[in-house]
Amino acid sequence: MMKPHRRKRLGVILFVAFGLSVAVMLTLFALSQNINMFYTPTEVANGEVETGTMFRIGGMVKDGSVEQQQESLAVSFVTTDFVHDVPIEYEGILPDLFREGQGIVAEGRLDTLGVFQASRVLAKHDENYMSPEVRAALEQAGVNPDNHQFGATPED
Amino acid sequence: MIPELGQFSLILAFCLSILLGVMPLAGAATGNRLWMNMGRPLSAGLFVFLGICLVILAHAFVTDDFSVRIVAAQSNSLLPMQYKVTALWGGHEGSFLLWTFMLSGWILAVGMFSKSMPGEFVARVLGVLGLLCASYILFMLATSNPFDRMVPVPPADGADLNTALQDIGFILHPPTLYMGYVGFSVVFAFAISALLSGRLDAAWARWSRPWANVSWAILTIGIALGSWWAYYELGWGGWWAWDPVENPPLITWLFGAALIHSLAVTEKRRVFKSWTVLLAILAFAGSLLGTFITRSGLLTSVHAFASDPSRGVFILAILGVFVGGALLLYAIRAPLIRSEFGFGSLSRELFLLANNVILVVAAASVFLGTLFPMVYQALTGDLISIGPPYFNIIFVPLMIVLVILLGIGPVSRWKKTSGAHLQQQLGKVAAASLVLGVALPLIILLDVSIPATIAVALAVWIVLGIGRDLATKTANKPSLWQGLRSLTYGYYGMQGAHFGVAVMLVGVALTSYFSTEKSVLLQPGETVDLGGYDFLFTGSERIAGPNYQANRAEILVTRDGEAVADLYPELRVYLASGTPSTEMAIDPSLWRDLFVTPGEIRDNGAWTMTVYVKPFVRWIWLGAIIMALSAAIAAADRRYRKLARVRKQTRTPAGGAFGHGEMHPASGGGT
Repeated sequence: MMKPHRRKRLGVILFVAFGLSVAVMLTLFALSQNINMFYTPTEVANGEVETGTMFRIGGMVKDGSVEQQQESLAVSFVTTDFVHDVPIEYEGILPDLFREGQGIVAEGRLDTLGVFQASRVLAKHDENYMSPEVRAALEQAGVNPDNHQFGATPED
Repeated sequence: MIPELGQFSLILAFCLSILLGVMPLAGAATGNRLWMNMGRPLSAGLFVFLGICLVILAHAFVTDDFSVRIVAAQSNSLLPMQYKVTALWGGHEGSFLLWTFMLSGWILAVGMFSKSMPGEFVARVLGVLGLLCASYILFMLATSNPFDRMVPVPPADGADLNTALQDIGFILHPPTLYMGYVGFSVVFAFAISALLSGRLDAAWARWSRPWANVSWAILTIGIALGSWWAYYELGWGGWWAWDPVENPPLITWLFGAALIHSLAVTEKRRVFKSWTVLLAILAFAGSLLGTFITRSGLLTSVHAFASDPSRGVFILAILGVFVGGALLLYAIRAPLIRSEFGFGSLSRELFLLANNVILVVAAASVFLGTLFPMVYQALTGDLISIGPPYFNIIFVPLMIVLVILLGIGPVSRWKKTSGAHLQQQLGKVAAASLVLGVALPLIILLDVSIPATIAVALAVWIVLGIGRDLATKTANKPSLWQGLRSLTYGYYGMQGAHFGVAVMLVGVALTSYFSTEKSVLLQPGETVDLGGYDFLFTGSERIAGPNYQANRAEILVTRDGEAVADLYPELRVYLASGTPSTEMAIDPSLWRDLFVTPGEIRDNGAWTMTVYVKPFVRWIWLGAIIMALSAAIAAADRRYRKLARVRKQTRTPAGGAFGHGEMHPASGGGT
């Protein structure tokens, strides 16, 4: 037979434990639904991503690839890790620091033609800062990311 | 020469902080009064020398001394004066000096406002804070010296302050946020001091409460300023983006809110003691985590400073030593803490417990979402990101439950409260909330939607609950005025903060569900209509600013033919760095914001723009301001100022002088 205050304490502990486990379950479920994987242009070009899944891609904006529609907000450009290229289409206003030769991260889906339809484009916020995704993409492709900072010209 | 004096001053401050970290603690351990009393003068010295560092560094910025590395990296001779001064915290080194200076300010304040606390306790608090400060200064000296020189040849001009930072938000947001963040170190030190002495009593909770309140109030303002800044700087969307660097302040804020409530229970009812200590440690850990995430460069974020892994490791070590040490101490001491465990299955304690569980779960889920990508990468090598929907799915239901309980908690009684009492107090309030929840959005926005109804009903639930409680508490007084005067600052602080929650809730919900936007390509003379407003693009002109050139568009906003606002968004190019920057134009009001973000200018003279109508968005920050002011009012409660008298009274049996809330509801409250 438990003493009343013990029983009360057990009640509170069970209450808290129940609340926590429900919360953990919901949290993990929500988490699993909202993970966006990151892929490099090489991985996308190699067909590692299924058409229609939401993911992030990161790389440099290829020089001379940006094409703007004059009558609408549609824009297309090519992102590259200097080994493979992936074409990207986006409709909207690009960030201030979006420029050719700069690193970007885009969020969106691949369409059936293999064009990445971006719903969001992020450019780096600071001249001296390269986002870890872009850095990783370049490193995986065997390119030294530091050659592409501070306006340095790529060797290849 | 002058920057070297700054360096010298920093080293002196380091020596003082070591002494501050050692002498008072050693004094408290051995009972040596002299050593204990060294705490206050040492903390004053620390404050002065860190202040000198800050002034010298500011001087280097103001006088364009580009031989100092961070001045060359973050400033420029063309920069307007207010940004030259504040460019000091535009990078890692300077902002960390500011952070450390804030800590020394808090240490000084603890020394000044602790005269009525036992000397031993104060000595331990100052000692713990001294050790923390010493580790910060060591970090600066070892990895990020703000006084580093460019040798041998300094550049002719600086690289300029990041253009996104050249804004009033940058002047206000970092210092406020840091001050709030660092304040939780004080509450942490109080908890450690109490653990060291083994005296975790109501007095400890009472001493901690004003400090927790003030830190939380400042942190609230700091976060709100950040949100407001992000809102109009835009580029990264809206007033909250669940950015990995926005999240740690929120985590700290949630822990802080839980702590404020839990401290109330610990003080008044002497329960939840060990839990309260743990929250104090967690809130502090949250603040260090924020520093770590911003400065280690591990996460992708707009806030991240250019990264250097050695810094991350160093901060992680500080975090490990202080939080790990605190948790170890806690593990040793917690079993000795005895909480009297006496409250009913329906009582104010229980509602406050539920409040704590919800706030901590919310904080934990934000923490998980923020750090999960990092852990995932460490385990699998794959890079991932967590989308904002994750946070919304978790947060919204939690907050709904929290707000429902928030309405009940304040009218419930300590120890035991009857369901009949609650029903009598809140039955009509609940019914009225439902009715108004449906009616108000319909009247104001001419629109029916379930989210808006839920939000407005919850807000009404809070506000009417506050009114009902005020009516009950003043019912037996000769006049309403006397009744209102008899209530404590603590009580007004509580109800005020809850009212702030209601205001913010309305802002968040209505902005989220009724905002509209449209991205368009406009030729001069063309109009776009949105939400009943007509935006006419009349044309653009070139203008020159102090350190930039810009194209400025003029947009006339009309509603039903009547002029509403003139908006002048700009596309700037900063001269020093050649960086482009968009400046949106806003017409703010309490009921709705209209704003225009320019995109770019096409060859044929057309502009791309996004126009927005955002109803009730100001209420978000208004709610935050009300919460912060209320927390400050609660901290100004008379009983914290009469600590000497109070200390004697805490020796009386449970409840003491302030535990009779149940019998005299008018004098109670203040949770």
